[in-house]
Amino acid sequence: MDIVVTVNGRPRDASGIAAHTTALDWLRSLGLTGAKEGCAEGECGACAVLLATPDSDGGTEWTAVNACLMPAAALDGQEVVTAEGLGTPEHMHPVQAALAEAGGSQCGYCTPGFACSMAAEFYRARASRGTSDGADAAASVRTSADGGNGAAAGASDAHTTEPFDLHALSGNLCRCTGYRPIRDAALGIDTTPAVGDALAERRTRPAPAARATRLAGDGGRFVRPETLDEALALLHVEPDAIAIAGCTDWGVEANLRGRRAPLAIAIDRLDELRGFDEDDAGIDLGAALTLTEVERRLAGRVPLLAALFPQFASPLIRNRATLGGNLGTASPIGDAPPALLALEARLVLASPDGEREVDLADYFTGYRETVRRPGELIRTIRIPRPTANLTAFHKVAKRRYDDISSVAVAFAIDLDEERGTVASARIGLGGVAATPIRARATEAALVGREWTDETVREAASVLGGEGTPMDDHRASAAYRSAMLERSLLRLHRRSAREGVPA
Amino acid sequence: MSELSHRPAGAVAGAPVAHESARLHATGTAVYTDDLAATRRDVLTAWPVTSTHAHARVRLDVAPALEVPGVVHVLTAADVPGVNDAGAKGDEPLFPDEAQYHGHALVWVLGETAEAARLGAAAVGVEYDELASIVTVEEAIAAGSFQGIAPTVRRGDTASALASAPHVFEGVSVVGGQEHFYLETHASFAHVDSEGQVFIESSTQHPSETQEIVAHVLGVPNHRVTVQSLRLGGGFGGKEMQPHGLAAVAALGAVRTGRPVRLRLTRAQDMTMTGKRHPFHATWRAGFADDGRILALEATLTSNGGWSLDLSDPVLGRALCHVDNAYWIPDLEVHGRIARTNITSQTAFRGFGGPQGMFVIEDILGRVAPLLGIDPAELRERNLYRPGQTTPYGMEVRHAERIGAAWSQVLEGSEFARRRDEIAAANAADPDVKRGLAITPVKFGISFTFTAYNQAGALVHVYRDGSVLVNHGGTELGQGLHTKMLQVAATALGVPLAQVRLAPTRTDKVPNTSATAASSGADLNGAAVKDACDQIIARLRPVAANVLGIDPADVRFEDGRVHGGDPDVSVLFGELAATAYAERVQLFAAGYYRTEGLGWDPATMTGTPFKYFACGVAASEVEVDGFTGATRLRRVDIVHDVGDSLSPLIDLGQVEGAFMQGVGWLTLEELRWDDSDGPGRGRLLTPSASTYKLPSFSELPDDLNVHFLERAHEDGAIYGSKAVGEPPFMLAFSVREAIREAVAAFGPPGHSVELAAPSTPEAVFWAIEAAREAGRAVTPVSTRATDAAGDSVATDAGAVGAVGALAGGPTDAASRAAHAGHASAER
Repeated sequence: MDIVVTVNGRPRDASGIAAHTTALDWLRSLGLTGAKEGCAEGECGACAVLLATPDSDGGTEWTAVNACLMPAAALDGQEVVTAEGLGTPEHMHPVQAALAEAGGSQCGYCTPGFACSMAAEFYRARASRGTSDGADAAASVRTSADGGNGAAAGASDAHTTEPFDLHALSGNLCRCTGYRPIRDAALGIDTTPAVGDALAERRTRPAPAARATRLAGDGGRFVRPETLDEALALLHVEPDAIAIAGCTDWGVEANLRGRRAPLAIAIDRLDELRGFDEDDAGIDLGAALTLTEVERRLAGRVPLLAALFPQFASPLIRNRATLGGNLGTASPIGDAPPALLALEARLVLASPDGEREVDLADYFTGYRETVRRPGELIRTIRIPRPTANLTAFHKVAKRRYDDISSVAVAFAIDLDEERGTVASARIGLGGVAATPIRARATEAALVGREWTDETVREAASVLGGEGTPMDDHRASAAYRSAMLERSLLRLHRRSAREGVPA
Repeated sequence: MSELSHRPAGAVAGAPVAHESARLHATGTAVYTDDLAATRRDVLTAWPVTSTHAHARVRLDVAPALEVPGVVHVLTAADVPGVNDAGAKGDEPLFPDEAQYHGHALVWVLGETAEAARLGAAAVGVEYDELASIVTVEEAIAAGSFQGIAPTVRRGDTASALASAPHVFEGVSVVGGQEHFYLETHASFAHVDSEGQVFIESSTQHPSETQEIVAHVLGVPNHRVTVQSLRLGGGFGGKEMQPHGLAAVAALGAVRTGRPVRLRLTRAQDMTMTGKRHPFHATWRAGFADDGRILALEATLTSNGGWSLDLSDPVLGRALCHVDNAYWIPDLEVHGRIARTNITSQTAFRGFGGPQGMFVIEDILGRVAPLLGIDPAELRERNLYRPGQTTPYGMEVRHAERIGAAWSQVLEGSEFARRRDEIAAANAADPDVKRGLAITPVKFGISFTFTAYNQAGALVHVYRDGSVLVNHGGTELGQGLHTKMLQVAATALGVPLAQVRLAPTRTDKVPNTSATAASSGADLNGAAVKDACDQIIARLRPVAANVLGIDPADVRFEDGRVHGGDPDVSVLFGELAATAYAERVQLFAAGYYRTEGLGWDPATMTGTPFKYFACGVAASEVEVDGFTGATRLRRVDIVHDVGDSLSPLIDLGQVEGAFMQGVGWLTLEELRWDDSDGPGRGRLLTPSASTYKLPSFSELPDDLNVHFLERAHEDGAIYGSKAVGEPPFMLAFSVREAIREAVAAFGPPGHSVELAAPSTPEAVFWAIEAAREAGRAVTPVSTRATDAAGDSVATDAGAVGAVGALAGGPTDAASRAAHAGHASAER
């Protein structure tokens, strides 16, 4: 079966690739060597490229992704733009010109990746669906933008130019410049997409649909099924198959540890896994929505998750990673589980036999082990409402952006303001046991007590004793325990300073 | 003013131009070594079989690999026609029968694809007979396991000076290593051409040495081997010695199979196989006068050199020559030695031992300032070199006044005094978050201490149309050397920048080159390029005089035109070139330069090892979170001495980039090796981007102000400029000292803060805990704290002991803070 990918506007035949061939290696084999391998685990962004993805109202968004983690087969029928496709040395893209002129490149190896991350933000921040006529850029960003999908004109307020968000670059590492010139280049771009900017224009039309894909070869098979039922049936007969969504975890396994799946099943575009439903009782999040999509759709309505997302890896990862994947791999240092534990989330698990719902607190059973049976998929993450009035996500890591937690603590505490007592407390912990855990003893030490220095000090010392932290290269056990203890003191200090939201 | 440093009016040198490849970088069209493989046919990929033990005799069975589909050959010692060694010192067997470290490459598999080669490598059978191993410096010291030189820098009578000093402190200072983490991992691409020449594209900073080692592995003369260095995706010293063996493997594979061979290390391979910045361990005793003047320093520095010598000798030598940093130390005795251990062989890294040497004195000053009761900024300023003083190894500190000038400029520009007051007030009001503001200097010697390396060559062609092609011996690592060389050539020939092209560095154009290292690239190669251009100009001058009908002395070459003072009566440079060709005038020249005035005796560690010093000063403000130990860089002010900048945008990039890399070394980047007795002993525990964290956007200070020192012309250097690659790295000490001051604000006055390096959030947290404990314990012994600071007792308790004394005995947190220092350096 042919696999065809549109690269820089031109259809390219990808037949002959192996199931484990990465998008990066395949692009480079075409001679498009602008994307580089810097780490092969989604940490450095030197491989960043742009992928045409569906936006929230029927058009297309240019989304920056790490090509090193994506199987090339997952691109079947999709559209990709590399740094070479953004511009040429003679006709640079505005972000490329800004980087080149500002001294934003020294060795230049990371630069194409930066250019792609910057371009994604350029097209997002300058979200006009039309293009500037050059004469009146300020007015033109409000160009009518129904984008051929019939979206209400009332949404056009979203199409004004937003400032460049530097967090868009936090998944790209540069070892030479120290970032200042890159920052200044990004903040200095004041142009809107020019007339004839094909990538800006492309946003007005729908993104490519998912395309059913079957690839067989010596090194294993790759299948993108059309329906959830088909995926579940496949998983049922081949329990050794790996289900991949954003592939931000499996891609690392494949690249760094040489793991090869006999069958990889791509589930990231299955409609059944991409639902988003919200009512007074709670929110249902499709397991295959990317973190970026969830963050945008929630728009801050769940403050604990709003606090989590910016600390969860980098945009390049969040653009692909899913909540389902983060829960499916069941890593004890995943960042979503502590927050979802504190929110008392429940999971809907689907199998050919039907669906069942489990409390996330009962889901994890051991190191990377869960109650999820072979062949079962996480379909939905259910977050009950109302959520607590005092929430926080404390991530302790070496680096402020894009690092793996030494310890993560999520708080969802309901304070009874009239009585000044703790009505309920749910605390999720990561990095201190073989699984993410609830800090039950600490919760008990808080509930019904007054929210005072004394209570908090006592409960903090209980919290410091939760879990069974280890010494490793990220942190010592003693530090991890100390961070648990301090996290409650820190939360209390904040609530005293800011007051408690009603 | 020397002819070399004289810069003509309207020079292209000094213009703020972008990197010559900036457009190619940004559009993904700049080609790096491994990018070549995509466009070539029949390329084989080389993949290593690496040791899983720290030290063992090995026996290999390669036959199973040959059964793997797509495996073409397994390279072993039996394939080597020449010398089976890849090191410049002859101590690095290319195919060893004894694995010297966890990750040591034993044999290499050649496959039709990377996947085939990888699977073939996995199929090779390896039997290990384990041998005793040494991982940490402490283990090496206990076992007496050393290698290379053990030099001493000595001036005066240190023992007597310490005996009579009013205040004497002693302590241990430990600093961790650093992974280069160039974004481009090591890469080589080799093939044999139609004439039997072995042609190797290599990501090397030292093409001539790569050539030489490939030649001796192949058993052929150097002239049979050509090495080209297109451009590097970062080097930082990591590609000075380490590429040679990898290039030799690729070349050997190409010779054995007759097919092109590519070798590119994965990040994990690069981190586990190749050398890094040396971790250093130092014990010291330092004597001070009541007013804070340093009277004497006695120290022993031990570096962890890893399994082979590599560049450990000169790195140690430079460390010893920089223990003084920018401070006058009248009596000094510093010993150095190199531990031999079973980890990666540590190598050059930006600063080349200078940072580790300076670390010792900056750590001492930061620790003793509270014990002396002197503000750390004041303490440092009082000890800065003054004009006329000499270094401990006997070299005059020329332009010492520039250190003071930069210091004053930073104090003023950063509004240091005012912000200090604000910070003190803010700290008093906030129990959870404290800020610190510190200022530190840098004085760094420029030249290779290996004197022979202080020479360079260039080859400049002027074609008949007036276009110019420049080759020189330096390599482009991203530092902008090629940009500067273009500017030098354009200036020397009086043509616009666009008229000059620079060709990739290769050993058949300019031979016997020095490593592009020691910040010397522009100094050495720039002078060689200028020499070549000057020769051509000298030949063109009479031709022009004849054409223009003027005196040869009046001929000017400016902006592509040649005239006698009136540009309206001129010829184009290209017209002149055509005329000169017709008159049979040679239009190309080989340029050469060697640094004069150097004299270094490595036996006594005395003399003049450096052409000059580059200096700089930085003031940094940090914020420290008392809950977690996390730090945030708020503002940095730098004044740095680049002489008369050759290329201001490039130099700014070097200052900022070096500074941030230094910040990474001192605050974030932590190499940990397994030093347990378990099965993973000797394994690097942080072999990836997810476990070894470099600075990202989050470490960029909110406010970064960099200025060049004015009136800093360097006589005798190319167009008055100065080397810039390494010196600003060490400006990052200001950040560590600012963290120390912020941590101190959690403790009682006079509390001496011990801070592990790197000062990771965890390390900072334990230091805060120690400070807080000192605060809780301080009331009953506060008078002793005052005594220690003010009393002129013959000997203070010593810095380490003093912490314990103030805190009422060694505390958990204090010992943990100290332990963290050891751990971070050696685990």
